[in-house]
Amino acid sequence: MTELNLHAALPEIWIALAAMALLLLGAFTGDRAMRLIGLLSMLVMAVAIVAMLGIDVSAAPQLAFNGHFIVDRFAIFAKVLTLIAAAASIWMSFSYAEREGMARFELPLLMLLASLGMMLMISANDLISLYVGLELQSLALYVTAAIRRDTVKSTEAGLKYFVLGALSSGMLLYGASMIYGFMGTVSFAGLSTALSGATPPSLGLIVGLVFLCAGLAFKISAVPFHMWTPDVYEGAPTPITAFFSAAPKVAAIALFTRVLVDAFGGLTPQWQQIVFAISVASMLLGAFAAIGQRNIKRLMAYSSIGNIGYALVGLAAGTAQGVSGLLFYMAVYVPMTLGSFAVILAMRQKGQMVEEIADLSGLAKSQPWLAHIFAAILFSMAGIPPLVGFFGKWMVFAAAVDQGLYVLAVIGVVASVVSAYYYVRVIKVMYFDEATGSFDRVDGSLKLVLAGSLAVVVVGILFINPIQSSAIAAAASLFPG
Amino acid sequence: MTNIPHLLTIITFLPLVGAIFIAGIRGEEAHVARNGRWVALWTSGAVFLLSLLLWFGFDRSNPGFQFEEHAEWIPALNIAYHMGVDGISMPFVMLSTLLTPICVLASWEAIETRVKEYMIAFLVLETFMVGTFCALDFVAFYVFFEGVLIPMFIIIGVWGGPRRVYSAFKFFLFTLLGSVLMLVAILTMYDEAGTTDIPTLMTTQFDPQLQIWLWLAFFASFAVKVPMWPVHTWLPDAHVEAPTAGSVILAGVLLKMGGYGFLRFSIPMLPEASTTLAPLVFGLSIVAVIYTSLVALAQTDMKKLIAYSSVAHMGFVTAGTFALNRQGIEGAMIQMLSHGIVSGALFLCVGVVYDRLHSREIARYGGLVNNMPRYAFAFMIFTMASVGLPGTSGFIGEFLVMVGVFQSSTWVGLFITTGIILGAAYMLWLYRRVVFGKLEKDDVKAMLDLSPREVAIFVPLILIVLWMGIYPSSFTSITGPTIERLITNYEVAVGPAVPGSLIAPAEASPTEPATTEPVTTEPVTTEPAITEPAPAAPAEEQQ
Repeated sequence: MTELNLHAALPEIWIALAAMALLLLGAFTGDRAMRLIGLLSMLVMAVAIVAMLGIDVSAAPQLAFNGHFIVDRFAIFAKVLTLIAAAASIWMSFSYAEREGMARFELPLLMLLASLGMMLMISANDLISLYVGLELQSLALYVTAAIRRDTVKSTEAGLKYFVLGALSSGMLLYGASMIYGFMGTVSFAGLSTALSGATPPSLGLIVGLVFLCAGLAFKISAVPFHMWTPDVYEGAPTPITAFFSAAPKVAAIALFTRVLVDAFGGLTPQWQQIVFAISVASMLLGAFAAIGQRNIKRLMAYSSIGNIGYALVGLAAGTAQGVSGLLFYMAVYVPMTLGSFAVILAMRQKGQMVEEIADLSGLAKSQPWLAHIFAAILFSMAGIPPLVGFFGKWMVFAAAVDQGLYVLAVIGVVASVVSAYYYVRVIKVMYFDEATGSFDRVDGSLKLVLAGSLAVVVVGILFINPIQSSAIAAAASLFPG
Repeated sequence: MTNIPHLLTIITFLPLVGAIFIAGIRGEEAHVARNGRWVALWTSGAVFLLSLLLWFGFDRSNPGFQFEEHAEWIPALNIAYHMGVDGISMPFVMLSTLLTPICVLASWEAIETRVKEYMIAFLVLETFMVGTFCALDFVAFYVFFEGVLIPMFIIIGVWGGPRRVYSAFKFFLFTLLGSVLMLVAILTMYDEAGTTDIPTLMTTQFDPQLQIWLWLAFFASFAVKVPMWPVHTWLPDAHVEAPTAGSVILAGVLLKMGGYGFLRFSIPMLPEASTTLAPLVFGLSIVAVIYTSLVALAQTDMKKLIAYSSVAHMGFVTAGTFALNRQGIEGAMIQMLSHGIVSGALFLCVGVVYDRLHSREIARYGGLVNNMPRYAFAFMIFTMASVGLPGTSGFIGEFLVMVGVFQSSTWVGLFITTGIILGAAYMLWLYRRVVFGKLEKDDVKAMLDLSPREVAIFVPLILIVLWMGIYPSSFTSITGPTIERLITNYEVAVGPAVPGSLIAPAEASPTEPATTEPVTTEPVTTEPAITEPAPAAPAEEQQ
């Protein structure tokens, strides 16, 4: 364990080096090369995925940097998902960036660096590397939110995100320092051993845990730390919002899971209450607050809050089954949310982006395929079988019921009916209302994302077993023995 | 001759193939519409013919599941693709495959916009309907059961009447809310038994305390679907606004999913809870039968009247089901099948005049017998069947239900019977106002009688109504053995535990065959039809 074991971290090192090289390339070629750098970033990610799948974790997790960094099946599952989401977001940003005058070569690079931060978060094995990864990710995200520095909305979004993010980072650090003060270690393995004894946890440790949870809840935008989400989602440029809603969510919830299950497994009854509460609050707020929204991006913001609430149901169960449900949920959530944002990116009338839900009216007549795809995604998000979103809900609720959390399951399914109302309302606008104006032609690059998303949503029912098997294997690595 | 492998899978998914085929049709609109109609008709017709193999190949002496199919689906979670039919589900499969081509025909001219999407929606709907009745795995069942919501929501919302949006949402959210509670129950059973295989779960014993909760969760779903008072309010709205064919499927098949759910899940899996909570069902059924019949009397809209009559008729079904004896359940089955045909046909009758005059107001019509004699004849047959005239399917169902309910509780029987009187009142009054009277209004005078296409729709339905009424053996010989086994298992499960219950299982059974035979010979002039002694015998041996 006292060795570098660099090959476990090879994908991360590769991305870091490649990012530097691409930065130099960008510095020499300028903004013209945005698309080239973006494509190269995607290639870098693809290579990282291949390298990651080559790491042998079948026997035991690989530790690197004296145990600060861990690679196990869980990490690989979450990282692959994160990188796919990030790569898709870069792909979706090209034509938007070129059209809207934000074609800066830094954009894909920042997204690449943010992805690196996310990978570090997922593989963090102590509170220090957790913080480093989190900040690398967050700083890159703050900048991308404000990348259109000449528009008020985008800068406002960036600033809000930064101020609240800094606050949450502060809380997280405070919690980490409390934990270190009371336990004398920052390593997850050390915490886990120290907490496995029968002695009741000290109050200071619990306070530290609560602060840590608060900081992490901010990153996954769980209620009551969700306030930034709608504003940032609305203000940030749409491809950036797509990025926010997918990749960082996967990374942050994976980190949250690892911290709670791995480090604080001995305090499961304590943190279960916290997760239970924020899960219920997120599901309900995500369902009810979305009803009144007129802006589709704000709607998606509340939808993502609700979805995080459902994913947390799996964590609240506190079992391997629950964690596998959570991973499965995220695996189906990512393509659904990316597909939704691809539709939102296609909402252009006469060259102008539009964002009101009412602008979608009559879409089924003017652009039937776009409407069909969005309808399938929305029905899937509402959890209507046979679409794949239903199975995500099935997995997490099955885990909750298994642990006797019937209250959570019932609240969850009722909230899903409420959220079905607003999802279906969008479908109503597209199918039942008369058209007001027609959309411009959909970009070819978006069509690819749309097709992929549709394929996952509709045909996913046939491929539940492989996804769930790997999710089960991934979750098992967090629960040794 | 009927050993086609994977027959159920083919019947279930062939409509989906047709739908994909229609989705691929391109070209100008009129061309696409015409091809879409024909493809839909051919596909649903082929599915019906294939389902006839099911009818003829069905082993009527076997009470268990037939045509079973197994395939791996999610082995990691012990969830499989398992299909099969028994005497309870097979008739519903037939009902679904029969009504779909009829609906396609009924929509031939009525639907003019977005024909392609309409036909796709109907074929997808058929896949889900057939799948619901064939699925023997809970997850697969739930997927089909819930999947129905998507095409039906679209059908009501896109091709419906003026208040279609409101109705579509009400339908969608009511049903969804009920179903998600059932989902929690399914998850609980899955957690308890470790499997979602329905035949396995049927033999699994659940803790009686837990059963009550599970039963209530199932009830939430099925009661909305049936629908039972007081959660029936989505039905009149949905029926009134849906296009004619949508109403036919809604009344003909979708409502039956609730009754099927009671028979497939609530009673065999949760027998103790079914006994305990039967009075609740009786109470709601009585209210449904009497209250909605009175409401039906006050309607001025034809579709709404028939919609309320559906609630009343389904009240018979739920009462018969929870009489928990052979006659009651047999009656509930026949009543569901009969109602599926008759109410569907009545909606088609409304559709015929609606297509001509674009009004469903009862007062707008009158005297149709003079200029539309063929229509008046068809309408009369279905009215009589709905009223329960001997010789029609409605009589068999209602009569058996009443026999069953009387055995279980005289008071319930008394109240339920008043529904028949009220039912005769509102249906005959409807018929009088629409078909008889003076032919005064000019636009009504100008209406043409049934076209050959419409005749082709009605003739098979009339024949089935009479067939079920005159020789119900064809149907009861299918349902009988399965119901027999259901009752036997149920009595084994609860027999000794509930001495003083409403059902009185121990004493009732030996007398059953004795009471059954005179009862069932009455309506049928030809021969004793309903109960063969052979399947009845094992019940006695069990005692």
